[in-house]
Amino acid sequence: MAETRRDLHPGAWWVWALCLAVVAGRTTNPLLLLLVIGVASRVAVSCRTPGPWGAALRMFLVMGLAVLGIRLVFHLLLGGVGGPTVLFTLPEIPLPQWAASIRLGGPVSAEGVVQALSFGLQLATMLCCVGAANAVADPRRLLRSLPAALYEISVAVVVGLTLAPQLAASARAVRRARALRGEPVRGRAAIRSLLVPVLEEAFERSLQLAATMDARGYGRSGDVSPGHRRLTSALVLAGLLGLAVGGYGLLDATAPAVLGLPVLLAGALLSVAALRLSARRVTRSRYRRPRWDPASVAVALSGAVGAVVVLAVQALGTADAGALVLSTVPLKAPALPVVPALAVLVGLAPLALARAR
Amino acid sequence: MIRFEDVSVRYDGAERPVLSGVDLHVPEGELCLVVGSTGAGKSTLLRAVNGLVPRFTGGTLSGRVVVAGRATEDFPPRELADVVGYVGQDPLAGFVSDSVEEELAYVMESLGLPESVMRTRVEETLDLLGLVPVRDQPLSTLSGGQQQRVAIGAALTAHPRVLLLDEPTSALDPGAAEEVLAALHRLVHDLGMTVLVAEHRLERVAQYADQVLWLPTGGPPVLGDPGEVLGQAPVAPPVVRLAQLAGWSPPPVSVRDARRLAAPLRARLADAVPPAPRPSRGDVLLRAAGVQVRYGATLAVRAADLAVSSGELVALMGRNGSGKSSLLWALQGTGRRAGGTVAVEGVDPATLRPVDRRERVGLVPQQPADLLYLHSVGAECAQSDAESGAAPGTCRAHLDALAPGVPDERHPRDLSEGQRLALVLAVALTPAPRVLLLDEPTRGLDYPAKSRLADALRRLTAAGHAVVVASHDVEFVAECASRVVVLADGEVVADGPVLDVVTASPVFAPQVAKVLAPLRWLTVAAVADALEAV
Repeated sequence: MAETRRDLHPGAWWVWALCLAVVAGRTTNPLLLLLVIGVASRVAVSCRTPGPWGAALRMFLVMGLAVLGIRLVFHLLLGGVGGPTVLFTLPEIPLPQWAASIRLGGPVSAEGVVQALSFGLQLATMLCCVGAANAVADPRRLLRSLPAALYEISVAVVVGLTLAPQLAASARAVRRARALRGEPVRGRAAIRSLLVPVLEEAFERSLQLAATMDARGYGRSGDVSPGHRRLTSALVLAGLLGLAVGGYGLLDATAPAVLGLPVLLAGALLSVAALRLSARRVTRSRYRRPRWDPASVAVALSGAVGAVVVLAVQALGTADAGALVLSTVPLKAPALPVVPALAVLVGLAPLALARAR
Repeated sequence: MIRFEDVSVRYDGAERPVLSGVDLHVPEGELCLVVGSTGAGKSTLLRAVNGLVPRFTGGTLSGRVVVAGRATEDFPPRELADVVGYVGQDPLAGFVSDSVEEELAYVMESLGLPESVMRTRVEETLDLLGLVPVRDQPLSTLSGGQQQRVAIGAALTAHPRVLLLDEPTSALDPGAAEEVLAALHRLVHDLGMTVLVAEHRLERVAQYADQVLWLPTGGPPVLGDPGEVLGQAPVAPPVVRLAQLAGWSPPPVSVRDARRLAAPLRARLADAVPPAPRPSRGDVLLRAAGVQVRYGATLAVRAADLAVSSGELVALMGRNGSGKSSLLWALQGTGRRAGGTVAVEGVDPATLRPVDRRERVGLVPQQPADLLYLHSVGAECAQSDAESGAAPGTCRAHLDALAPGVPDERHPRDLSEGQRLALVLAVALTPAPRVLLLDEPTRGLDYPAKSRLADALRRLTAAGHAVVVASHDVEFVAECASRVVVLADGEVVADGPVLDVVTASPVFAPQVAKVLAPLRWLTVAAVADALEAV
C-alpha cells in the first residue's frame, strides 16, 4: 500500500465525507446507500491515519449495524407502515384508551420491514461517512486548523481528547490494584475506593499539564485588545453555527429549503470574515498549517460531485429521481440510478489523489 | 545565567520552609546537578527557576530569582518560555498532542515563530535527539526513553538558554537513560546551554555534571565541584562511596577516573573472595512455566519460566517494555495469562478468589498510590487488617518495622515516596503471603531510602519469604538480589547468580564492579567488609 499523504487539509476530507453523507440523506435506495458505504470504507481503509483514530471506521460501522437493528426491533414492536403482504402477526398487547394511537405488536408486513431497514440503512450510511472522515483525518488535526480566534477552545478540546484515554487507563490500573486488596468492596465504599485514586490522579495530571503548558508558553498575551478578541470569537461561533445549520438543512430532505444552501453560504461568509480578522493577531503561529492545495481541493470536490448530482437530479426531476426513493408500496426491487451512482463513484478519486508523491 | 538571591519557599500549612536562604549563581553553559534526599526541595528549586513555584504550587516565595536577566516575579512562566525550557518528571503527563512533530512544534507555535523556522528547528531537533525513525508514530506507542527525548526536544525547539530537567532518567532502563544523557551532554557541549538536572540516580548522571548543588535538609545549599560536594552529601553514587572507603581525594565521580586510582585497591583485594550469593536453601514456593501474556495482538510475555525458592530474592531486569510488569501481574494471578502454568505452593493463584490469592502472593504495583484510598495512614492500616482477617495492629507493626515513626493521622498523599512504599508494602504483607512481588520499587527513592528497602527485603527473605523484584536499578539489584533473571522481548534470556549475570554485561554492571573489574565485587559494603578482614 502506497503511503498516504498526511498534509492534505483535514477539512477537505470532512467535506468529502459530509458530501457523501448528503447523498445518503437524499436517498433510501439500498443499492445507492451500499455504494456510498463501499466508497467511503474503501477510501478510509486505504488512507487512514496511523493513530488510534484510524480505527474509528470500525467503531462507526458497528454503531451503524446497531442502528439498523434498533430500527428493525422498534418497527416489529410498534408497527408503523402497514402493507398488504403480512409476513406474520405478533400478539397484540391491548393498551388503554389514552394510548390508542400506539400499537404494541400486531401484524408485521414485508413493506414495513423493508422500509424500516432502508431508513436504518440510510442512518447507518451517514454514520459510516462520519467514521470514514474520522479515520482519514484525525479530528484533532481538524480542530487544530480552526482559526486562531478559537485557539484557546480548540486546545482545551484537544487536551480533553488526549486525557480521556489516559483517565480510562488509570481507572483500569486502580481497579486492578484494588483486586490486590482482596474482594472488591461493594456499594458506596467501592465508588469511593475507585474514584478517589482516579480523581486524585486526574487532578494531579491536569495540574501538571497546566504547569508544563504554561512553561511552554501557552496563553502568552499578544497585543490584541479584548474587544477585538471578543468580536472575532463571536463571528467565528456565528459562522460555525451557520455551517452546522446549513449542513443539517442539506442533509434533511424535509427541512425548509432556506435552511440549506443560503444558511450554509452565510455561515461560510462569516467564518471567512472571522478568519481575516483573527489573522491580524500574529502572536501565535501554526506548525505545518494544512493548506488547501490542489490535491485537497480535488479531494473535497470528488466528494461534492455526488452530492451536487443527487441534489440536481432531485431538483430537475430527471428519470433517475424516482429511483432514488425505494418504492415499498407496492414492493419493488430497487433499480440503480445510473447517473447518481456514477457520481458517487467519483468519490473514490482520493485513492489516487492522496498517494504520497 | 540563573541567580537566586536569598530565596526561601514555604508551602501553606508546612511546618518549615522547603528552601530557605538560597543564594547561588549558576553560570552560563554549565550542567548543574541538583542532589538531596527526598523532600529536600529539588523539584521546588527547579520549578522556581521559571516561576512555576509559586505560581502553580501555591506557597510563598521570598527573595528574587533572576534567569537570563528576567526576574520571575515580573514574568510568569509563559513569558519566560523563550529562555527557559522545563521537562517534568512524567513526560507523558506533559504532552499536549499525540504526534512527535506537533509536540516539538508546540512551544514555537506559542512563541509565534514563522513556519519556515519551525520546520528547520523540528528537523534539527529530530536529528539531535535521534528521533527521526519515530517522527510519524503516535506518542503513546513510543518507549519510555523515546518519550523522554521527545519531552526534552519539545523544550529545546524554543532554543532556550536554560533547560530544567526533573528526574529525566528515573523511569528509564539503563540503556534508555544512556541515550537521554548522551543527548544532554551534546546539548551542553554544542549549544552552550545551561542545564539544571534534579536526579536521584546519581550513578547515571554525576559523571556528566560540571557542578553539583546539594540541598541538605534544613541547611544552606552547597554548590561546587562534583567530587567534593558529593563527598560530603548523604546521597552519593557508589563510586564516591568507594573513593571515600579507599581514601581517594577528591573523590572521582566517573568510573573512568576511579579506575585510574583503583590499582592499589585492586591489589589489596586480589586475595579476598567476594561474598558468594547464598544458595537457595528452601523449597520452591513459586514455579512458573511457559507463561504467556497477550494484549490484543501483541505478546508481552512469550514464554517465561521461573522458579523461586524460599529465602531467595530474584531481580527481574530488562528494557522498558520487555514484559516485566506483565509477568509479575500474571504470576500474582490478578493479571490475565494467555498460556503456561503458575503454581504458588502448588496452587495456581489465578484460580483463587482475590482474598485467598493475596494470602499466598502479594504484589506491590509500580504506582503504589493506586492501592491507597483512605484519608489517613491509620485508616489504611485498620482497613488492611480488616480485609485480611489479621489481628488489629498487624499492618501497623509491619509499617513500623519498615519505616518507623509514620504518624497515624498523616494523609497517604503527604508521605514521602519511601514512606508511601513502606505503607503499601505493609499492606501487602498483612495477610502474610510467603511470596512477595515488587514492581519497580526504587523509583523516586534516595540512597538511604533504598538501603532501608534493601534491608527490609533481606529480612523478609531471611524469614523464609520468596521475593521477586522487577527493577531497572542496577545498584539496588547488586545490593540485595541473590539471583538475576533478564527478560528481553518477553522471554527469559539470562538466569543466574547475581554476580555472574551483572558482571557479564556492562549495561547491568554496578559501578563498583566496573571500577574493580576484572575482580568481581558488586557493592561498597562487600568491599568494606573484605578490607576489614584483610
